[in-house]
Amino acid sequence: MQNVNEAPTFIHQFNKDDQIISTQDLSVFYGGTVQKLFNASLQFKKKTITALIGGSGSGKSTFLRCLNRMNDKVARVDGEIWYHDLDINKNNINVYQLRKNIGMVFQKPNPFPKSIRENITYALKANGEKNKQKLDQIVEESLRAAALWDEVKDKLDKSALAMSGGQQQRLCIARALAIKPEIILLDEPASALDPVSTSKLEDTLKQLRTDYTMIMVTHNMQQASRISDYTAFFHLGHVLEYDTTENIFTNPKGEITEDYIRGSFG
Amino acid sequence: MNAKTRNKIATTGIYTLVSIVVIILFGILGNILVSGVPHLSWHFLSSEASSYQAGGGVRDQLFNSLYLLVLTLIISLPIALGAGIYLAEYAKDNWFTSLIRTTIEILSSLPSIVVGLFGYLLFVVQFGFGFSIISGALALTFFNLPTLTSNIEQAIEGVPEAQRDAGLALGLSNWKTIRGIVLPAALPGILTGIILSAGRIFGEAAALIYTAGQSGSTIDYSNWNPLSPTSFLNIMRPAETLAVHIWKVNTEGIIPDATIVSAATSALLIIVVILFNLGARALGNHLYRKLTAAKS
Repeated sequence: MQNVNEAPTFIHQFNKDDQIISTQDLSVFYGGTVQKLFNASLQFKKKTITALIGGSGSGKSTFLRCLNRMNDKVARVDGEIWYHDLDINKNNINVYQLRKNIGMVFQKPNPFPKSIRENITYALKANGEKNKQKLDQIVEESLRAAALWDEVKDKLDKSALAMSGGQQQRLCIARALAIKPEIILLDEPASALDPVSTSKLEDTLKQLRTDYTMIMVTHNMQQASRISDYTAFFHLGHVLEYDTTENIFTNPKGEITEDYIRGSFG
Repeated sequence: MNAKTRNKIATTGIYTLVSIVVIILFGILGNILVSGVPHLSWHFLSSEASSYQAGGGVRDQLFNSLYLLVLTLIISLPIALGAGIYLAEYAKDNWFTSLIRTTIEILSSLPSIVVGLFGYLLFVVQFGFGFSIISGALALTFFNLPTLTSNIEQAIEGVPEAQRDAGLALGLSNWKTIRGIVLPAALPGILTGIILSAGRIFGEAAALIYTAGQSGSTIDYSNWNPLSPTSFLNIMRPAETLAVHIWKVNTEGIIPDATIVSAATSALLIIVVILFNLGARALGNHLYRKLTAAKS
């Protein structure tokens, strides 16, 4: 294993009031012994977009999936995750309720093989919402918020699988918005999309910033610099630097961070 | 020899082998249909089998086959569905799970005559069910469970992991994700598995000879009381199926038109199995389109 300077060069901190979620010494182990993440302690500010960058296997996706306990089945997660004065990494946490507050959008668009409308209403109905008017209203609201309404308002009952990849991904965002989360985790949401769809998706995310906190893993440096407010740099399972996006991209403090940013920009 | 020639030889070889398979299959199918279909008639389908005169039909055998099939599916489907869901969604990768999988594989290659004798000892003798439809249905369940379970397991495992992630990330519980998202997506595959095993059940003879019996009792199709011995719904009556009928007519039958009866019955059996398969495809496609809302 490559020798890593484990000490981070700079970790940005926020006032307690500004934070919405934070981690304390978060470590992840696969198969009991293989450690994928080392003592990550990061704070995230309300209503901002934070980008998690780093090479493949740097632990950024692993970190992201800890925040709504999607690693439960595959890994052991040590450490604390504080969300509204609650350590959500405890066993007694209702993860299903938690995931309604912290939604997630995945790398490949994964709409359900159902109609566009049902993609959004399915989880709501499963949670007991029966009022058709209210459901229709939520469908429209979430599709509008995801900037998809105008494109699909006439074909809500058609299969979601018939849409383009970019539309499917925005539907997945709408679906996540429909259950009214506070935080949305995005795991390389644009990596399977073409440039035009990517730019639409980025516009959507920027608009959502007024109401939601977003934490986004991305391989795309330009994307991170275009839309994020803060950026955390992961390297071989360690968070090496966490600062405003401007500082990370124009004035990185660590050597490895600088190499990575430079290398990625070519 | 250059690459082009070698490629040509390989291609020719493959085409020849495929043709052999196709010729054999169509030969068998064609032979059965050509020799049997001309003897199929409404009279044949709607009259009782005769024991020593010519001109008997297969009305009861056809009904028994279908009834046994339905009963077997009613018993085996819930079990196989539960086992399939467990293996695909809940089972951890350990020695116990691999033991279950190995057992299922062994069971699915069990000769059906062995299943039949086992069913005879357990259901007919031990449980005292006698030669009856229920003994036959239970034996067929044993025969059918392994294949049906692994078919269902594979159909469920074929649903992309991303679908489960999507359900969980929306705050749905594990079970709700399985029931509402994974199972509907797996439904066409599950259905295909069911219908394919229905074909196997329908054509099975060896497992039934010692369990459901080879004699047809007098059946009254207007008697809807399942407890009455003459009712067509009674599960305790012995019942000869189409496949068993073919076997019996050819081994110990004394009817003068045995060849004709067995040819016509074989054709009928094949036709019903073909209908199952076509039906499975149509229904699978229809359900998939309906569930994915791809129709309109």
